[in-house]
Amino acid sequence: MIPAMSEPATDADFTERLETILGAHIGREGPLLPILHDVQAEWGYVPEAAEPVIAAALGLTRAEVHGVVSFYHDFRDHPSGRHVLRLCRAEACQSMGADALADEVRAALGIDFHETTPDGRLTLEPVFCLGLCACAPSAQMGERLLGRATADKVRRLVAEVDA
Amino acid sequence: MRVWVPLDAAARALGADEVAEALARDFTVTRNGTRGMIWLEPLVEVERDGLRYGYGPVEAGDVAGLIDALRTGAEHPLALGPVEELPWMKAQARLTFQRVGVIDPLSVGEYEAYGGLEGLRRALDIGPEAIVQDVTDSGLRGRGGAGFPTGIKWKTVAGAKAERKYIVCNADEGDSGSFADRMIMEGDPLVLIEGMAIAGIAVGAVQGYVYCRSEYPDSIRVLEAAIGKARQAGILGDSVLGSEHAFDMEVRVGAGAYVCGEETSLLNSLEGKRGTVRAKPPIPALEGFLGRPTVVNNLISLATIPWILAHGGAAYAQLGIGRSKGTIPIQLSGNIRHGGLFEAPFGMTLRQIIEEIGGGSASGRPVKAAQVGGPLGAYVPHWNFDIPFGYEELGAKDALLGHAGITVFDDSADMLKLARFAMEFCAVESCGKCTPCRIGSVRGVETIDRIAQGDEDGIPILKDLCNTMKWGSLCALGGFAPFPVMSALTHFPEEFSGRREPRKEAAE
Repeated sequence: MIPAMSEPATDADFTERLETILGAHIGREGPLLPILHDVQAEWGYVPEAAEPVIAAALGLTRAEVHGVVSFYHDFRDHPSGRHVLRLCRAEACQSMGADALADEVRAALGIDFHETTPDGRLTLEPVFCLGLCACAPSAQMGERLLGRATADKVRRLVAEVDA
Repeated sequence: MRVWVPLDAAARALGADEVAEALARDFTVTRNGTRGMIWLEPLVEVERDGLRYGYGPVEAGDVAGLIDALRTGAEHPLALGPVEELPWMKAQARLTFQRVGVIDPLSVGEYEAYGGLEGLRRALDIGPEAIVQDVTDSGLRGRGGAGFPTGIKWKTVAGAKAERKYIVCNADEGDSGSFADRMIMEGDPLVLIEGMAIAGIAVGAVQGYVYCRSEYPDSIRVLEAAIGKARQAGILGDSVLGSEHAFDMEVRVGAGAYVCGEETSLLNSLEGKRGTVRAKPPIPALEGFLGRPTVVNNLISLATIPWILAHGGAAYAQLGIGRSKGTIPIQLSGNIRHGGLFEAPFGMTLRQIIEEIGGGSASGRPVKAAQVGGPLGAYVPHWNFDIPFGYEELGAKDALLGHAGITVFDDSADMLKLARFAMEFCAVESCGKCTPCRIGSVRGVETIDRIAQGDEDGIPILKDLCNTMKWGSLCALGGFAPFPVMSALTHFPEEFSGRREPRKEAAE
């Protein structure tokens, strides 16, 4: 299972870490997205407990903040696996066999899109275009990018990250 | 000796980092942008006797055997000859992309040595009104696909009275098959900075934002570093190149919403709101970011401004066809032998681009169709490839220029499946503001599924639905999603009729 996280709301330094992030962005024009990106970078997701604090700091309602968090695909309401493997599903990659590649990768990992391996190591996500359309199909894992991806190359990439 | 290994994300995805690391033991390695010949990446270049010679595609394992050839010019199977002499390079008119792949993207010195800042200097000399006139004379139109004349947009913002105005660069390049913005941000970010500074001077804006999609971490990193260099060099700041004009800018990162490439939802997102579309009027030029006058331009439009200012609008307008003036960075992708970016004046036919420049399909099978202009663009069947590449020319054939991406499919493509994908994508990415898009796309998927099951009564319903979405949607997402669907249905009707059995996967 996913490793147990400390309950953010009761964590003493949770507020401090959140205040630091808020302090870095308050006063900017349109600060909410930069704040949410930093919150997600800090905790790996946007903890629900952060929403009312952010709302109060920006003079918004909690519903408004939650509405923004839930609108964007990037923001998670729970942690991902330690690594996130993204496979491009868009047209250029489809034209070079992305659907078949996705089937192979899903079978090899034993998980579907938006799922995490039982050991909490890897989450599989679809992505719609990495801009690597001239060397399709493509995949991404953290800083690592893969062009002309094959199931073998993806397997190697997955094996390397924890090695 | 100096060698170049691209830092471009496509080159990295093909192993450029490992190649650069291996070469660094013997050479001084500069990480450049990509020349755009993605099938040759990683493309290693070396300078001998003032000429740059190319080698590619190079894998890390090739490096040991390549070192001698790089030093002496000895024969090598990966040797390509002088890069500028390659047919792909020689056939282009690289104006916007003149320095991409040539210079160190973060060197202000190299940028200037290759013509950078000439446009900004002239802009400061001639002043705001003359800048707007020059841009208008150039005939430059929005390169995001809408094709609105850039000069007219700037004139509106310049004429608006407000204490604070903005230049917003749309770098939310979400269209599959498009990577021109990414190539600029990674290969010549200073040209975007220069273009935005010129725009700021022209309309009286002192702040710029680049809204870049989060899927481009490499672009964000390089562009932010370039902004830092530009501040140090006095290109940005309280006094642009020592003038009385102030201009500064920053990068804002999207959060994975395709619809934020639409200018009003982009502005909402930039303000920290849900990326829903705004009804127009008011137009962003008068009430844009935070309700203030705002220029929202596509990245390629802004990156073309420095060339126009340096050489004059008339020189730019001499290129192209009809009302499509200047050059267009054509992005060839998908099932294509030679995929990459090819900048040329408007007017080449799709056939020339796909067959002559692109070399046909990568699979070697016959090309069936090409989707032009991204996920909302039409599938142009191979028998219509004589359409010249231009805004009106494509429009006349119920197709779109979009962001000038061309995604090629061979004869194994399943057009019904691609049509379904267009509707599904629209359903996933719809902002939800208007009903034709939000509900229509879901019904579209369901109706195509019915047709796939062999229910031909679904075909007229699908056509009617597309018509409603096209005319009733608030923005291009719901409004243009019918293009791929209807083009597939119109040109390949046999793939929608009599489908009782599921077909093989398109890619098999």
